[in-house]
Amino acid sequence: MRDQTFAPTRILIYLVVSLIAAAWLAPLVVVVLNSLRTNEEIAQASMIGWPKHWAWSNYAAAWSGFCVAETCAGIRPYMLNSALVTIPATIFSTMLGAIAGYAVSLWRFRGDSWIYGIVTLGLFLPQQMRLLPWTIVLRDIGLINTLTGLVLIHTIQGLSFTTLFCRNYYVAIPHELIRAARIDGAGFFRIFWRIILPLSAPILIVTVIWQFTHIWNEFLYGVTFTSGQQQPVTAALIALSAAVADIPQHGVQSAAVIIAALPTLLIYLLGGRYFVRGLTAGAVK
Amino acid sequence: MTALSIRALSKRYANLEVLKGINLDIESGEFTVLVGPSGCGKSTLLNIVAGLDRASSGTVEIGGRVVNDVPPKDRDIAMVFQSYALYPSMTVRQNITFGMECRHVPKAEQDAAVANVAKLLQIEPLLGRKPSQLSGGQRQRVAMGRALVRDPLLFLFDEPLSNLDAKLRVEMRMEIKRLHQRIGATIVYVTHDQIEAMTMATRIAVMHHGQVQQFADPDTVYRYPANLFVARFMGSPPMNTMPARLEADNGGPVVVIGAGRPDEVRLRLRGYDVAASFVGREVVLGIRPECIAEGSRVFSGDAPIVVSAPVEMVEPTGAETMVLLRLGGEAAMARITPDIRPTLGASADFALDTRRICLFDPETERLIA
Repeated sequence: MRDQTFAPTRILIYLVVSLIAAAWLAPLVVVVLNSLRTNEEIAQASMIGWPKHWAWSNYAAAWSGFCVAETCAGIRPYMLNSALVTIPATIFSTMLGAIAGYAVSLWRFRGDSWIYGIVTLGLFLPQQMRLLPWTIVLRDIGLINTLTGLVLIHTIQGLSFTTLFCRNYYVAIPHELIRAARIDGAGFFRIFWRIILPLSAPILIVTVIWQFTHIWNEFLYGVTFTSGQQQPVTAALIALSAAVADIPQHGVQSAAVIIAALPTLLIYLLGGRYFVRGLTAGAVK
Repeated sequence: MTALSIRALSKRYANLEVLKGINLDIESGEFTVLVGPSGCGKSTLLNIVAGLDRASSGTVEIGGRVVNDVPPKDRDIAMVFQSYALYPSMTVRQNITFGMECRHVPKAEQDAAVANVAKLLQIEPLLGRKPSQLSGGQRQRVAMGRALVRDPLLFLFDEPLSNLDAKLRVEMRMEIKRLHQRIGATIVYVTHDQIEAMTMATRIAVMHHGQVQQFADPDTVYRYPANLFVARFMGSPPMNTMPARLEADNGGPVVVIGAGRPDEVRLRLRGYDVAASFVGREVVLGIRPECIAEGSRVFSGDAPIVVSAPVEMVEPTGAETMVLLRLGGEAAMARITPDIRPTLGASADFALDTRRICLFDPETERLIA
């Protein structure tokens, strides 16, 4: 009885869900397939099609042979640039956010809610608005067109999110823990290091995934503040497509896009379940 | 020696005065219980003593030293919290040694202290476990171990038994009391449970509206409550209080409940010394439920005073029977032997212990006799 009334609705739900999933996955499928087709094949047939022979050489070319902006080392150096920006910026912004979140959630001090409000205000400032101030700052401290400059930007911009995440996680920690530790003689940093940090794994995983993904995928700052050999891979990909004026190299470009997307994909696959769990942490007791 | 001395201590939040001029002197070795309903300021007072909160005015002295500007860790105190506040990521041993670690106590000394405390509290098998692997009672014990290992001048307990179930609470209550007797520590213990106060304290400070209503040993607080609040707060069920009229005849003071009614109750008070100014006036009479018993009960002393009163409700508890009756029209609870079950609606005889009646001034609510 129940199954009969249930089945049609269920089929409908699956249908709708499948359609939505297909729409979302279509671009990925096209890029993956093109990354395995030769240029000639793409040029003769259409952009959408099944590879006739698997052109794995596209990946080798994209990785280390293709010419971008007058050097022919593929996207490998730009991948390295992205890693050199993303890894330190993720670590710094996560640690600073954890300390800031800990301070505003578990220590009462004059103006604490104001400071928290101002830090999280950064979430609502459009990126374009921040370009000019950052240009001035980077110019004045001599970090224009350096990876260090990008690390600085991403560390500071990331604080809004990391502080928000960590603060919302730490408010659920009982204040009595802090008070007990104060009586035991521990100070601000010892309490953080010995008591709070060991409890923070779930939220730190969430924050790291979030920061890594965003900084790796970030494009505007990369393209604005760096050029040539200093660009992160997102900016280099554009240079790559601009460089191929004569013959479009769709196969190699697609392979480069896939390679550039791999790190964030891996991070998500490794930590995705913590991510979903962490975002809803505290929602249900 | 005075272990803790609190002078004219006040605490204001914006326009709310939480503590209004508290004065307390606690001797070394005393078990002092701060008791009162929620919001009376007792926890705030404890936090100020601990240094976790600041007083608006007044001073706190611990061991003869003013500690108003001394941080908690340097006050020579240890505290046990309601939620135990055990560090979740540390083992029981690390929980106990964390304070010593912060104070840079040598490792060998730490080990000796842990062994000592673990033996005292019988938590040796638990030392390697995490708090999440412990039961409520075990956590409580570890929390006490963390305090004991410091061997402080002053122990502060903030409602430490409130999170335990009823049975365990009674066990731990006895254990804390025994511990106090064994090590002779000075303890300030906050609770809202008047039974904990009565059973454990050497002195009780009853608090209400940010003031100490009475500071005395448990027997005095129970027998001579300083005012109507204390009378009604301490004891379960609470003291019966009712309006009455104080008269004098040739034999001394007489209180009359329901004066002028056909069922008025006249009680002669022997050995009471009531100020003459109250004679002929309305007073509030207080009588504890255990001072009203079945008619055949003989309270030691003179000829028993027996009155007949209508029974409105009967509550057998097993150990005793609680009876709601009317004395001169006023409701009163009586505690009678368990095997007597008076008939509802009918009148029955009740013996009264008039030696333990309290009289209060209806205006100031203070005890007058």
